Amino acid sequence: MSDGAIARKGVPVQLDKVSFTYGEAPLSFDVAFAAAEITAIMGPSGSGKSTLLNLVAGFETPLSGRVLIGGADVGASPPASRPVSMVFQENNLFAHLSVEQNVGLGRSPSLRLTEADHADIAEALARTGLAGKQKRLPRELSGGERQRVALARVLVRDRPVLLLDEPFASLGPALRNDMLDLVADLHAERGMTVLFVTHQPQDARRIGQNVVFLDNGAVAAAGAADDFFAGAGPEAFRRYIGASGGDAVSRDIARKPT
Amino acid sequence: MQRASDPRITAGVVALAGIALLIGGAFAGLLLEGAHDLSGAWAAFDPYLLRVVRFTLWQATLSTLLSVIPALFVARALSRHPRFFARAFILQLFAVPLALPAIVAALGILALYGRAGYFAGMLGAVGGQGWRGIYGLSGILVAHVFFNLPLATRLFLEALQTIPSDQWRLASQLGMGARPAFRLIEWPTLRAALPGVAGLVFMLCITSFTIVLTLGGGPAATTLEVGIYQALRFDFDPAGAVALTLLQIGLTFIVVLALTRLGANVVGDANLPVAPRRYVSVNGTETLLNALLIVLALLFVAGPMAATVMAGLGADLGRLAGEATVRQATETSAVLAFLSALLSVMLSLALTMARRALALNRRAGPRTLLEHATDTGAGFVLVVPPIVIGAGWFLLLRHAGDVFAIAPLMVVAVNAVMAMPFALRAIRPAYDAASERHERLCAQLGISGLARLRLVDWPSLRRPLATAFAFAMALSLGDLGVIALFGSDSVQTLPYLLLARMGSYRTQDAAGLALLLGLVCLALVLAADWLGREKGRDV
Repeated sequence: MSDGAIARKGVPVQLDKVSFTYGEAPLSFDVAFAAAEITAIMGPSGSGKSTLLNLVAGFETPLSGRVLIGGADVGASPPASRPVSMVFQENNLFAHLSVEQNVGLGRSPSLRLTEADHADIAEALARTGLAGKQKRLPRELSGGERQRVALARVLVRDRPVLLLDEPFASLGPALRNDMLDLVADLHAERGMTVLFVTHQPQDARRIGQNVVFLDNGAVAAAGAADDFFAGAGPEAFRRYIGASGGDAVSRDIARKPT
Repeated sequence: MQRASDPRITAGVVALAGIALLIGGAFAGLLLEGAHDLSGAWAAFDPYLLRVVRFTLWQATLSTLLSVIPALFVARALSRHPRFFARAFILQLFAVPLALPAIVAALGILALYGRAGYFAGMLGAVGGQGWRGIYGLSGILVAHVFFNLPLATRLFLEALQTIPSDQWRLASQLGMGARPAFRLIEWPTLRAALPGVAGLVFMLCITSFTIVLTLGGGPAATTLEVGIYQALRFDFDPAGAVALTLLQIGLTFIVVLALTRLGANVVGDANLPVAPRRYVSVNGTETLLNALLIVLALLFVAGPMAATVMAGLGADLGRLAGEATVRQATETSAVLAFLSALLSVMLSLALTMARRALALNRRAGPRTLLEHATDTGAGFVLVVPPIVIGAGWFLLLRHAGDVFAIAPLMVVAVNAVMAMPFALRAIRPAYDAASERHERLCAQLGISGLARLRLVDWPSLRRPLATAFAFAMALSLGDLGVIALFGSDSVQTLPYLLLARMGSYRTQDAAGLALLLGLVCLALVLAADWLGREKGRDV
């Protein structure tokens, strides 16, 4: 497990008494995420995990409260100008653009790229194990490779906060572990703050330093991952992960689209 | 995503303003004229007018019954046999009337059943005395059924294909015969689709202009739309035109209101999904009956098309092609239809983008008025038939100088707006699906404005835009609504020239022109269909 000591570039993320609703159940978040650490966000379906990420990314606007990134209130900024990159469960790539172009969009949204940009893109692709696949279209890639392209774009974009919304949920266990290790490695190099939504306790144990547990649209508990999995988590968390604790091989690997 | 200054919304507002100007100007013309000559407008509500209203409703009712009831059974027959030789061809053929210019069909029907038609001898022999042709109510009905039977059949078939194949598996496991299967499985689905389909056909028939103009053949068989045209072009009776127009608007408004209450889909689709796998065993007698039904419908629909081709080939095509008037009209038609299609696609895209952007901006809460307008804006167009818009502007501008000078502008604008429901049908689902995939990604990466259009929207919308364009162009090319009002010797389109040749009994010329027009429209619609079907593979 890496702790990102090499380049501490990450900034803290805080949701300060943020409230939000999709029209039915109200959600309210009051939580801080430590800078340059990986926090796993867990909780039952509908508990608001993805919504929390969407609020940080700027896809949703809070009804009240503040979203602070690096201490600055980003409430008024559009998603693109927030210091945040996000990887979704699917649709991370434009199907008609090549791998290289998809990554290049992380540098210039109109794809006007300099020589230096091209060099960075090639390096990011190499770093994510995609060397030689620059010209491929997304449909010519496997599911895991597509998410690697998204991670390569994260590298090229180089923002201090990375949001992962179950990006590996539809991959098999071995591949998922590979991807998690890649994220951990990238985190070790760049030291960004990572917020990581997952349903899998073993994923959280594998790379998570902290756990935030959501229930019913609010933060039910937060703390160090080791404490959570040592049985110090709240009752609701223990019920959520089941009797066998974090070692359970989950039966639902393919997740609903969120 | 609360960005207020989304350029997509601005585009939508501009498009809506343009449409509002077009419709508003027409209403202004009507109101000014009515206010100007109030007593005249009142006096126009005379027995003649009542007779026109009655005939409009009567022919529409008969046309609807004659189209929809047979269509129920033809659709069922087609759905019972999901795989047979020529099925795809028949469905394709049934799509042709959707884009075939009404005047071409009218000529085809005359070439077949007219006084000098191919069937005249046979029909005369059956009737005892000389065949007098099918002008009047019978002609109108045949033409309306020619257009609407295939349309209704396709819509019913679409409905039948929504029946889950599990139900059919269950039915065959339970040993359901044809009759119980119809009663328990097919009829409930058809009954649900029936009001919408019947309403759509009724709507198309009360606003039908060209058919009634060319096949009505006299004051005994005149509808409101043709009445408006005659009042403006021949009698020069503006007050009468106002009265007729107001009645037409009232009538269509009621029908559209009823239609939306019924949840009808007021725009026919150009292509059809592939038949799902079915588990039906059909016995010999039923197969025979179904085959008979399908063949009859096929003959009825294919007949006028074949007659158009035969009569057209009989014309002196070489001479026609050399004629300066014909060339001029072809050129005018091509240019106007091209511009009209371009405008139609741009307006539709603007409304689609604005609607989507507004829907994304809104989180909970009800939809704003603007969002409603971008959503149903194009629907208003169906309430106001082209002749009505043309009439309004005609009345407004006749004080301002030469009405005929603005003919090109009117033709382009009105036809563009008329094609919008179809264009939207092609563009909106594709745009919304692409937006569903790309919206967050674009917001995240800051791809917006022109970069977004170039990198994201254009690649995923190229095909649907081309489909919409081809379809809009075909509709505009064949239209004889606005041009009938505004056309003159200096500005003639092909349909206008065709009408003129028919009027001066140069039937051969008319047949030749009809063939040309029909083929071009057919080519465009086939292109639209092909473009719409060949979807890019998605990730």
